[in-house]
Amino acid sequence: MTDPLARPPKKDPQVRTRVPTRPSHFRSRAALGIAAAAAEGRFMLQVCEPCWTVQYPPRDACAACLSVELVWRDVSPMGRLIAETTVRTSTSIYFRERAPWRIGTVKLDAGPSVMAHLHGDLPPDAQVRVVAMLDKSGQGVLFAVPADATPNMEDDPQMREMTSDPKHRRVLITDARNENTPALAKALAEAGASMIFIGEAESWRPYPHRAALAAIPNVDILPMDVTDTASVRELSGEIGGKTDILINNARFVRPGGILERADVGFAREEMEVNYFGLLRLAQHFSPAMRARGADGDNSAAAWVNILSVNAWANSPDYGLFSASNAAALSLSQNLRADLWGGGVRLLNVFTGPTEDEWHQPLPPPKVAPGAIARAVIDGLSGGLEDVFVGDVAKDLIDRWRAGPKILEREMMENRGAS
Amino acid sequence: MTAPTAPGLLGELALSIASGAIRVVDLTHTLDPDFPVIILPPEFGQCARFRMEEISAYDHRGPAWKWHNITCSEHTGTHFDAPAHWISGRDLPNNSVDTIPVEQFIGPACVIDCSQGAAENEDFELTPEIIQAWEAEHGEIPAGAWVLMRTDWSRRRGAAYLNMREDGPHSPGPTPEGIRFLIEQRDIRGFGTETVGTDAGQGSHYTPPFPAHFYLHGAGKLGLQCLNNLWELPPTGAVIIATPLKIKQGTGSPLRVLALVG
Repeated sequence: MTDPLARPPKKDPQVRTRVPTRPSHFRSRAALGIAAAAAEGRFMLQVCEPCWTVQYPPRDACAACLSVELVWRDVSPMGRLIAETTVRTSTSIYFRERAPWRIGTVKLDAGPSVMAHLHGDLPPDAQVRVVAMLDKSGQGVLFAVPADATPNMEDDPQMREMTSDPKHRRVLITDARNENTPALAKALAEAGASMIFIGEAESWRPYPHRAALAAIPNVDILPMDVTDTASVRELSGEIGGKTDILINNARFVRPGGILERADVGFAREEMEVNYFGLLRLAQHFSPAMRARGADGDNSAAAWVNILSVNAWANSPDYGLFSASNAAALSLSQNLRADLWGGGVRLLNVFTGPTEDEWHQPLPPPKVAPGAIARAVIDGLSGGLEDVFVGDVAKDLIDRWRAGPKILEREMMENRGAS
Repeated sequence: MTAPTAPGLLGELALSIASGAIRVVDLTHTLDPDFPVIILPPEFGQCARFRMEEISAYDHRGPAWKWHNITCSEHTGTHFDAPAHWISGRDLPNNSVDTIPVEQFIGPACVIDCSQGAAENEDFELTPEIIQAWEAEHGEIPAGAWVLMRTDWSRRRGAAYLNMREDGPHSPGPTPEGIRFLIEQRDIRGFGTETVGTDAGQGSHYTPPFPAHFYLHGAGKLGLQCLNNLWELPPTGAVIIATPLKIKQGTGSPLRVLALVG
């Protein structure tokens, strides 16, 4: 078992905040496939189409038959630890700061032997599950963990380097008024978040779940409106230096496409909240987060956006809302690149229609607040970058990957189906 | 060197303001992003909040100057309602802020103190009887007067201002009979309140709904709302200066409302 992570002590104000360093981020283009799989928590390797040989390390031609038809496929992550060592010194500043560091070789059931970081609970010769994870450089690495979960395994120091686990971290949820905020705050409290800050817009206007929010342990409700630059600047000035995880759940949604709307009023609100809101938060909160990527056990770890899966393909029934989310998705890629250097992860959680007033006449399945909260926690504890929550979102991204133009036609056909 | 002085009445006015014999009272709230605006059912279009974005602040975006872009609705903050704001006034001539004769913007005020009633009853109603009782004490409201309903509502902060509940907002305002009395019997210039609108919070439940808006603007009269500091005004004798921005076909405007008090 792993020793449970103790609550980090208060920060010594005389000690300089560590500058984040990174493990090597250089990869061949072929090797980036591991990062792409790790971003979603999948374990994929290249498989040769003609001869079915599973490849490792990633390459441009099959190691067995030299075919260039190598396709990334989900393969069995199970295997056996056949060699291990502990690195005690390194020319890499990142590993030197974190030594000792266990690595080893795993013989996969799928065929190849792979190099992997090793979880502390693995004895020699252990049966293991190999997980593709993103390291602090944002690149894909393989990490071997016990085949069966062990107590506190998420607290393993090497593993915590790969994840954005909320345990003992301080979280900001940006929009108290969103119907999913109580579920998010509760899930974070249960996951061990030490402080849960919640931004509240327009305290002069009541909303139904305020008392429930305030009753959740470790919750502090603070004024912030993502459409008001001054309020974002002020809150970032106050708590930006101890925001370890930022969850942007601010959202403005109204049904309708171009012709259902007679003006740009709601479209502008959608952009103000869904796009410019993210931009304001990013401009004011991301600099301190990026600087605190290596600030001890409660370092800055992740930025989470909750987006509509229609960021990928416009749903004409919610056409203008979809457009604002497409803008937000694009902006999130810019933010991911900016946070990259600090070892802070950007997680986008994509949902289909949500269980709320603005999707009320739509048929199920709709995504409930609890499902969004679970997806956020799973994404953080898995160190993911992209999570698709609910059947609609999962189906849409599969179809988008199969053929965006075909999906565009299908979205047009589906118009008004609800 | 002596300051040049205009002759006659204007000179006397200028000197009285300079000497403090005439006080200038600011009846305006600060345009603040967090100041409440009227809230309509969410499927309707909404009143924009006041917002301010820096263009530059003596920095790389403009080294020697600071300025902001501001956005808001015509009906954000302390603001003016023109007849064109309501469907009843839509076809009147000169019904928008850019075409109303400017003389309309300066006029005498009668201040009806309803603060005690509003303290006791958040849905306090201004009725013809209350108006006539006020007149019995202070004299008949002259034609062309601003009538300002003092409720001390502007002292309220946060959620207490709109006072929104599940059955809607609760704040004082005139009854349909009250506002008709002022228009039909007294031919007022306009009606002003400290609350977010000229109508009561529950004004949508009168017949007609929102009677102050309906009758005032149907008769070409003006509205002022979100007024501040009305307790500094005497019941009669103050002069109101309320000049909206000259917005092309504008239905209203945030503005600085001043009162001259002798």
